[in-house]
Amino acid sequence: MSGRRIQQGGRVDRSRAIRFTFDGKGYSGFAGDTLASALLANGVQVFGRSFKYHRPRGVIAAGSEEPNALVTVMRDEARCTPNLRATQVELYDGLVARSQNRWPSLDFDVQAVNDLLSPLLPSAFYYKTFMWPRAAWHKLYEPVIRRAAGLGESPTLPDPDRYSQRFAHCDVLVVGAGPAGLAAALTASASGARVMLCDEQPEFGGSLLDEPAATIDGATTADWIRDSMATLRSRANVTLLTRTTAFGYFPHNLIGLNERITEHLPAPAADMPRERLWQVRAARVLIAAGSIERPLVFPGNDRPGVMLASAARTYLHRYGVAVGQNVVLVTGSDAAYAAALDLHAAGVRVALIADVRADATGAPLDLARQAGIEVVTGATVLGTRGRLGVREVTIGVLARGTVNDTRRVKCDALLLSGGYTPSVHLFSQSRGKLEFNEARQAFLPSVSAEPESSAGSCRGIDGYTQVLNDGARVGAASALAAGYSVAAPEYRVQALEFGMHGLPGVLPQASPLQPARAFVDFQNDVTSKDLALAMREGFESVEHIKRYTTTGMATDQGKTSNMNALAFVAGELGRTIPKVGLTTFRMPYTPVTFGIFAGYDRGDLFDPVRTTSMHDWAVQQGAVFEDVGQWKRARYFPRSGEDMHAAVDRECKAVRTGVGMFDASTLGTIEVVGPDAATFLSRLYVNGFSTLAVGRSRYGILLRDDGFIYDDGVIARIAGERFHVTTTTGGAARVFGMMEDYLQTEWPDLRCWLTSTTEQWAVIAVQGPRARDVLAPLVSDVDLSAAALPHLGVTQGRICGVPMRLFRMSFTGELGYEVNVPADYGLAVWEAIHAAGQPHGITPYGTETMHVLRAEKGYIIVGQETDGTVTPDDAGLGWAIAKSKPDFVGKRSLARETMHAPDRKQLVGLLTVDPKVVLEEGAQIVATPGQHAPMKMIGHVTSSYHSAVLGRSIALALLRGGRARIGETLYVPMPGGEIAVQVTATVFYDVEGARLHG
Amino acid sequence: MRKFSGWTLLKEAFGGQQGWTPQWRRVAPQAEYDAIIIGGGGHGLAAAYYLASEHGITRTAVLEKGWIGGGNTGRNTTIIRSNYLFDESAALYDHALKLWEDLSQVLNYNVMFSPRGVMMLAHTVHDVQVAKRHIHANRGNGVDNEWLSPEEAKAYCPPLNIERNIRYPVLGAALQRRGGTARHDAVAWGYARAADAIGVDIIENCEVTGLVRDASGAMEAVQTSRGLIRCRRVGVSAAGNTSVVLGLAGVRLPLESFPLQALVSEPVKPVVPCVVMSGSIHAYISQSDKGELVIGAGTDAYTSYTQRGALHVNSHTLSAVCELFPAFRRMRMLRNWGGIVDVTPDRSPIIARTPVPGLYVNCGWGTGGFKATPGAGHLLAWTMARDEPHPINAPFTIERFRDGHLIDEAAAAAVAH
Ligand SMILES: Cc1cc2nc3c(=O)[nH]c(=O)nc-3n(C[C@H](O)[C@H](O)[C@H](O)COP(=O)(O)OP(=O)(O)OC[C@H]3O[C@@H](n4cnc5c(N)ncnc54)[C@H](O)[C@@H]3O)c2cc1C
Repeated sequence: MSGRRIQQGGRVDRSRAIRFTFDGKGYSGFAGDTLASALLANGVQVFGRSFKYHRPRGVIAAGSEEPNALVTVMRDEARCTPNLRATQVELYDGLVARSQNRWPSLDFDVQAVNDLLSPLLPSAFYYKTFMWPRAAWHKLYEPVIRRAAGLGESPTLPDPDRYSQRFAHCDVLVVGAGPAGLAAALTASASGARVMLCDEQPEFGGSLLDEPAATIDGATTADWIRDSMATLRSRANVTLLTRTTAFGYFPHNLIGLNERITEHLPAPAADMPRERLWQVRAARVLIAAGSIERPLVFPGNDRPGVMLASAARTYLHRYGVAVGQNVVLVTGSDAAYAAALDLHAAGVRVALIADVRADATGAPLDLARQAGIEVVTGATVLGTRGRLGVREVTIGVLARGTVNDTRRVKCDALLLSGGYTPSVHLFSQSRGKLEFNEARQAFLPSVSAEPESSAGSCRGIDGYTQVLNDGARVGAASALAAGYSVAAPEYRVQALEFGMHGLPGVLPQASPLQPARAFVDFQNDVTSKDLALAMREGFESVEHIKRYTTTGMATDQGKTSNMNALAFVAGELGRTIPKVGLTTFRMPYTPVTFGIFAGYDRGDLFDPVRTTSMHDWAVQQGAVFEDVGQWKRARYFPRSGEDMHAAVDRECKAVRTGVGMFDASTLGTIEVVGPDAATFLSRLYVNGFSTLAVGRSRYGILLRDDGFIYDDGVIARIAGERFHVTTTTGGAARVFGMMEDYLQTEWPDLRCWLTSTTEQWAVIAVQGPRARDVLAPLVSDVDLSAAALPHLGVTQGRICGVPMRLFRMSFTGELGYEVNVPADYGLAVWEAIHAAGQPHGITPYGTETMHVLRAEKGYIIVGQETDGTVTPDDAGLGWAIAKSKPDFVGKRSLARETMHAPDRKQLVGLLTVDPKVVLEEGAQIVATPGQHAPMKMIGHVTSSYHSAVLGRSIALALLRGGRARIGETLYVPMPGGEIAVQVTATVFYDVEGARLHG
Repeated sequence: MRKFSGWTLLKEAFGGQQGWTPQWRRVAPQAEYDAIIIGGGGHGLAAAYYLASEHGITRTAVLEKGWIGGGNTGRNTTIIRSNYLFDESAALYDHALKLWEDLSQVLNYNVMFSPRGVMMLAHTVHDVQVAKRHIHANRGNGVDNEWLSPEEAKAYCPPLNIERNIRYPVLGAALQRRGGTARHDAVAWGYARAADAIGVDIIENCEVTGLVRDASGAMEAVQTSRGLIRCRRVGVSAAGNTSVVLGLAGVRLPLESFPLQALVSEPVKPVVPCVVMSGSIHAYISQSDKGELVIGAGTDAYTSYTQRGALHVNSHTLSAVCELFPAFRRMRMLRNWGGIVDVTPDRSPIIARTPVPGLYVNCGWGTGGFKATPGAGHLLAWTMARDEPHPINAPFTIERFRDGHLIDEAAAAAVAH
């Protein structure tokens, strides 16, 4: 038992005890604790097991950089979150946490045998073995490796929590609310600029929270933070976000923030989102992200109880927890002395400060010695002992390549400081250029790529006075750049201001490293020996070393390890650090919950559901729907006891013998208007439109520039300069996009305007020999006679008093009309037609019936008969191409020889020899029976149905040289045997087309 | 080449791992080569390996501007399958898949090819039609692909949501059992090591900055950041940068380069046993051996050479993943990155001679060329060695965009991975 709560101090609320469990055992902490601080206060040292060797690991940090202490937190069965850092989990009453990656228990983990096998399992060993026999990798080794890998367990139940999203704009976004960020926000917001300030921690203040003894302008840090926050809160132009991580920097100063809203609450209100994604577009971004202390790398540096010096200080000052009672510090930087002095002052025995710098001198050392703490310089660490916690450390003094004065020092916590690494993650994500600073041994922001600046220790500045004043100055400059002016204040600070730079890399040893392992990346168990092995095997690029050893690829993304790895590699290769180079910083800064990206886009909102005016009516009638693009379309209207087949047969017969009605509102509609509208359409579509008379319509085919069918529809001339264009349901948006593209980039001279009107119209198709009888009593100002409104005629008038565009057209081969009315009237008109049709037995039908009816007539559906490789001629639509037009989209491509090759796939009909057999759509066609794979496939079935009116099956197919094969018998090979089919023309019913003109 | 095996590992365990040697030599470029491959991705390295091993052209160099495998090879979601629709594509991708099956043994490098099955979901009636057409065409070509009901799909991938009342319910799936994943880095390193062992020079940090032609217009040398190198047989395998490299010889190709992004979650214990793809709602997911959920997104809408994708594209993908796997909503994104993919008008690749004698190109793999790595390299090597295409890549010419012999997988499938 080493950690303990000290008598006073810390920012926890000692009046509020909080009960929680870890691995089933009950503990108690205080409000304001993290899981890590509370467990430390309870003397817990082992938090988890490492990824590969399953070594027991403690907590080394106090913030988001923690690599070891990963836990699963379970609110309830569905609210179970793996891989959370105990250092970031805020305690709440009843919190249930569990350690991970161990079996059967944290203290005794069977897979720790990996640790004994470690000589056999160097980095990347898996590339060198497990190859025999061939199938064994997938069948045998991989499953074992997979089970051993992974950290926590994925949740298994659907997540009941909600996630929200917000967009925001501001003048200055300040990331990080330590001294630099606070000073920046105070200054910038004083100018009137809209300021947003976010910090990943539950409290604002950053490193100032660890400095209770310092004063700023005479006030204690605690008072100064309180007053500063009061000032910021009082300003209407300031938005403050705690528990909010700026995780990603996207182009044009778009920053992604992840706000955690309920995770710290014992019983969140049901209407609160768990987390929120903020997408902030800022005129200026001010990064004040601070810096992260590095551990030192030496043999046995991963034992529980080994910790960053800064973390020990945070646990002391924020949580009132002493991480040990008898501590040793090993340091390569001045900063650690502050921890030693503070712990000493709090009554902790500081057994020794081992400073690895031979030439270390100055105030920090003097102060420590004055306090009676022994300081050794030029030290190195030879090893540590202690099974589930450090008990002893072996220190020596390194001089001219040999180690002297070796001694063993007892301790229950070993505190490390290798100096600080500025947090340049966001800056680097913004694609700013970093430069290596020799003096500080750190990469610092150099050339910006976005309108941003860094302030404070993330750009290598240390000392509170300098940091605060840097924050204020950069805050003022950012406000100015955003158009606001303000003078930066000067802060006066009294504090221990020790330098923060140190020595990245592996501690020097007398001889090549001992068998004991020195860990560089704790979570992924990467040691200096692994890095050396990678180099021995020729991996010299840092990216290669990272990938080969997995260093820096754990869930902490190498926050504490990357610089050490880099410095070690540079040393071994005899190159400078900048020559070796840095791996890319990738978003996110810390892991971000999937849920916030999805936000509200879940369930029905995942993709907007589009419904027509008549949708509810169809629902009431029991229609079965299908998804077509975002639309819900009624597929058929089963009556009780009917399956799809029976319903479709009945609906088909009704249209062929009486009348049916169909909701065609989902087809895209585009209004094309202007003096050049006809020219525009003539250039786009293969058909000519200049000659189309007002009051007439024409079937139009649209090609891509490669000559293949892209879309089709009916285009009507409503007036001289006004066309009503329809598209396929799925093609509406892309056709509109293509039209705009051509109009804006190819033919900007054309005076022509496009409006998408799909949602303005409700379209009701009334089809069948009795169609005219149904409509006649409802319409006014319209002459429905065949003479006045022949096939493909278009007119305007009223129906049920509602303005209407009426198209005489048919996708069924029957006498047909399409009634277009403003969408708001759709349902009323639909119901009126339905009522008026009752005496004629009017039958609503769905898309499935529509498909059968059009297939009986050989009409194609784009996307079913076509697949981006079909020309108009292939589809039997060569007649539609206006021969005399100088040009249209795709014309040049159509002129290519291959587009006329006789063996192109052409649309044909197929009749199975056995009329009862309905072919499967997508089935392939071969010329000769009895083939085995690879077969010579000469075509495929595009559409296939049972035709009620014909009393047999029919199919359409694309077939090589198809039109020349009409009359031949071919075969459709199916797993159960071949089906013989006869090739026919594409029209199965009413070949002369007489019914259309009724 | 020091053989890799459990035995050598064991021996090294006792020797402190001191006996290992570089997997490929670090060499300076020679003045002249018989063949040069520009681009040290998986494709380029494979081509060099096959040039040396199958065509005896061992005086071959791979020139890589950065570090090998650092392009799309090291950035992709490693989905491998061969159930493409058209005969030409099925032949091409299945050629590659067959090479994958014993690649670890051939290279003596465990590339972790894992035929865990690739399941492609159908959500609409149209999806079902498209999937069935693929299955029939694949069966005819001898490529495995089978139809699963929603229940069978769930049995194959238990966390999948097959409830009928969701926005885009799963109506079924096409499963290619021989498909799966492999370890991308190992593919690059394995080919590099094997090629190096038979004499190929792998030259990193060597950017090609010029393509030099002789009086007849044929390839004569390449200009690089490490000097001029003479060579009369040059293959370009530069993925997203192909148009830039070929532009050096004045060759224009119908290619557009788009950013494509992917991401991984934090590692968890095994939960997704196969690859699941949904073309119509744009989500691709598998789980790496390390335990990370590996998720692929769509390309950005605009062409660009910046190796990162837009936030909203990432968000759309994750919302799709959360619909299909509602339990993953609490999982967390660990890393996100982007690559630049080279896209042809018909979404099929080009492996062909160019109008410049002695200059060959392998490109246009877009969002889906990792699966083709061994095959593409093999066919590029063949084409370079013989100055004529192998029958399998004969249809994948540049000229098809002029003459219209397109192999339009995108139009047919609406899925390009
Ligand atoms: C996010 C993402 C996900 C993907 N997912 C999949 C998937 O699941 N399945 C699949 O099959 N495919 C996938 N792909 C596609 C796949 O990654 C690529 O098609 C494939 O890796 C291409 O390999 P390559 O060797 O041709 O290219 P690369 O690996 O990109 O190699 C090209 C090399 O050329 C080098 N180079 C460029 N210019 C020069 C020059 N001037 N001089 C010297 N060298 C140069 C580059 O540095 C690079 O290393 C994905 C791609 C991305 C980006």
